[in-house]
Amino acid sequence: MKSFKEYIAYPYGLWMLIFIAVPLLVVIWFSFLSNPDFKAGIYTFTLENYQQFMDPVYLELLYRSFLYAVIATLICFLIAYPLGNLIVSLPGHRQNMMIVLMIIPMWVNFLLRTYAWMVLLSGSGLISQFFRLLGFRDVSLLYTQSAVILGMVYNFFPYMLLPIYTSLKKIDPDLLRAATDLGANHFQMFLKIKIPLSLPGIVSGCMMVFMPAVSTFVISNLLGGGKYMLIGNLIEQQFLTLNNWNFGSAISMVLMTIIFLVLGIARLITGKELDTGGQLL
Amino acid sequence: MKKIVLIFVLLCLPFLAGGCGSDDRAELTVYNWGDYMDPEVIAQFEEEYNCRVNYETFTSNEDMYVKVKNSSDTYDVLVPSDYMIERLIQEEMLRPITKDNIPNLANIDASAQNLAFDPGNQYSVPYFYGVLGIVYNTAQVTDPVDSWNLLWNDKYASKILMYDSIRDSMGVSLKRLGFSMNETSEANINAARDALIAQKPLVMAYVTDNVKSLMASGDAAMAVVYSGDAAIIMSETDSLDFAVPKEGSNAFYDNFVIPKNAKNPELAEQFINFMLTPEIAAKNIEYVGYSSPNAPALALLDASWSENAGFNISKEDLARSEIFKDLPNDVMEIYNRAWTEINVSK
Amino acid sequence: MRKFFKNLAFGLILLFLYAPILVLIIYSFNDSKIMGPWAGFTLKWYVMLFQDRYILQALYYTLIIAVVATTVSTLVGTVSALGIYRMRSKLKRPYLLLNNIPVLVPDIVMGITLMSLFIFIGMKMGLTTIIIAHITFCIPYVILAVLPRFNRLPENIFEAALDLGATPRQAFWKVLFPEILPGVTSGALIAFTLSIDDFVISFFTAGNGVSNLSITIYSMAKAGINPKINALSTIMFGCIMVLLVLINIRSEKGIKNIQ
Repeated sequence: MKSFKEYIAYPYGLWMLIFIAVPLLVVIWFSFLSNPDFKAGIYTFTLENYQQFMDPVYLELLYRSFLYAVIATLICFLIAYPLGNLIVSLPGHRQNMMIVLMIIPMWVNFLLRTYAWMVLLSGSGLISQFFRLLGFRDVSLLYTQSAVILGMVYNFFPYMLLPIYTSLKKIDPDLLRAATDLGANHFQMFLKIKIPLSLPGIVSGCMMVFMPAVSTFVISNLLGGGKYMLIGNLIEQQFLTLNNWNFGSAISMVLMTIIFLVLGIARLITGKELDTGGQLL
Repeated sequence: MKKIVLIFVLLCLPFLAGGCGSDDRAELTVYNWGDYMDPEVIAQFEEEYNCRVNYETFTSNEDMYVKVKNSSDTYDVLVPSDYMIERLIQEEMLRPITKDNIPNLANIDASAQNLAFDPGNQYSVPYFYGVLGIVYNTAQVTDPVDSWNLLWNDKYASKILMYDSIRDSMGVSLKRLGFSMNETSEANINAARDALIAQKPLVMAYVTDNVKSLMASGDAAMAVVYSGDAAIIMSETDSLDFAVPKEGSNAFYDNFVIPKNAKNPELAEQFINFMLTPEIAAKNIEYVGYSSPNAPALALLDASWSENAGFNISKEDLARSEIFKDLPNDVMEIYNRAWTEINVSK
Repeated sequence: MRKFFKNLAFGLILLFLYAPILVLIIYSFNDSKIMGPWAGFTLKWYVMLFQDRYILQALYYTLIIAVVATTVSTLVGTVSALGIYRMRSKLKRPYLLLNNIPVLVPDIVMGITLMSLFIFIGMKMGLTTIIIAHITFCIPYVILAVLPRFNRLPENIFEAALDLGATPRQAFWKVLFPEILPGVTSGALIAFTLSIDDFVISFFTAGNGVSNLSITIYSMAKAGINPKINALSTIMFGCIMVLLVLINIRSEKGIKNIQ
């Protein structure tokens, strides 16, 4: 492959500098300023935006966001892993068909699908009617924590399924057969072969669900009815309604730092460099 | 995999082949609330004035402000509300209106003109107005709907919808306690905050968007809404009514303004004048449902409108209501913090 | 029995994924502006949809943005992945780190930062800015999908093809390209899906008459989603499904022929 030189990646490097690095530096810079007046050229360096965040009210928000995101990630995993195994056991063209069927809903606008969930979950909606038939009284699922978590699971589920499916597909069936021949039972095979070999897919799927879930603001807004504010809502509020970009930047930085920490831990688990999106398909 | 690629190539082909041809007609960029103008009316304007209207929409005054203030875009017509107009005027972002170019201003009732946020209507032309109140299900709500206290009545636990906006929800709580909607005292703001935190277990949700379907389906018994939204819900569903509590409320006026850096101010004024024509204004009323200060247009409407409590707001209700003021930053910070605490509380 | 449970599992998950879409379809035929109780069958929203220039325009922009962003990011991403694969210098780590940032940073931060940048360099918000933004968050996914494919290739596969008498063009298209193609297509697919579904980043980087479907839908939220949008989704969904079925019939036939 020596015929290809590394400089063909240079234009993209420049692109990244301009559109990724510079904007990010701007946010970091913003997070250390207090009430800057750019026109007058006045800006004072301060840590107060970060200090402001160290308030029990905001820390509680952070905790809640992580809790919801972890629960959503777990549920996604618990559904996607067995499902991935089922799909892999199908004949080849059926596998493709199934995967396509799982992706297509994502081509219908995400806001619209969430609105549709609001209809389904409301007290007069189908799901509540169903529960009522089963004898439960008056369960409106809309505007509950469950609804927020359901929204996360629904919207990010394909991001979990695809990497898991890809990594399961790569496992050589002969390996599993060999294990059975050597006397491994179902459980052992699962624990000693399947899980370790699909670990990169699992980790990458978990990250792909966890990250958008922890920073979402649309889902918590629509399905939580403003009662279950998350850290994403706080950021959105600072930038959009309150026009306090400095505090907003500081919260974003805190969130990003934590995400990078989580990523570091994930890297320790798998023992190698994580390619978050690479396992997607 | 190939299948998906094939699907999307096939889906996109017709659009790539077609596309919008460019044209050299004059352009007018309008930034308005979502679903706040009948698209037919815009098409009619384009035809009569041989121009092209870029129509963009926003969801809140604050969204609009952030976008107009920070982006390098220029708009020709904006439709902000009262307190936002006040802020835009203060920040010298607006262009005075040449009243001679808008003869249809004569159609506008005097009660909607010369208000505190824009004395003498130097910068703004009235479009719609409304008032915050309670829309309620007459089958479910047995108590008289005349006070904000009703929203704190635990008989209706989990059947109450609040309005998801700092100023509006805080305003309701402030008014209930006998304070002003534009309260600046920290103690009073915090009292209103505590009342909202106490009320939270009774609240089904803080929403702005889903009120219509939740009220229509009977999932919610009452909701804090603006009159025009109530008017639309009531025109589609029976057994709903609208009332403005006796403690008073918030009245708003959404007006047309022209930003200072508008590219086509003459056309913008023609646009505003066009929207004030009785026939056009009537069309917009039927589409939007908010109250209009355009007297000749009101005469053109179907009789059912004048019986709609959400559309036909009484003079007394308006007189009892306050218009929001643009509060200084340090006061807004108290509100913001209070709002975050309400949001986080359980 | 096993097969029954298998089908049940697939059935349930598909029900879960498609239930909301079913709701949208049903309400596109409901004779009421409100997504509430059923008020009778109507086709009026479909008629009104085709009269609403702004929704159609938003659809047009959504697709244009998605197609341009997908094409550019797939091309640039693939070429850059090859370059990054060849990097032996210290550059490789910072490259991968920077590349990972759009994947890791919350959308809202990406949107805000790009908006500040465009304002700072005085670029007029519009189609160009929104496309730049989409390309920026799409390329990383393409690279992450393509790079592992290069890593898996035998070290000198390209040169071996040349030694065996292939022209560089042949060696690329006949040997190298088929090997990385699955990565390229999945990268393109992710890019397309992300672009068409994005709301947050588009919201901050769009301007002056250019708005995609997400922005249009979001700004409608206050007044309630107009059923015209449901009608549009129904049509789009219908087209996708019809195509899927057609393609599937063809490939099933193909399989039978081979057998």
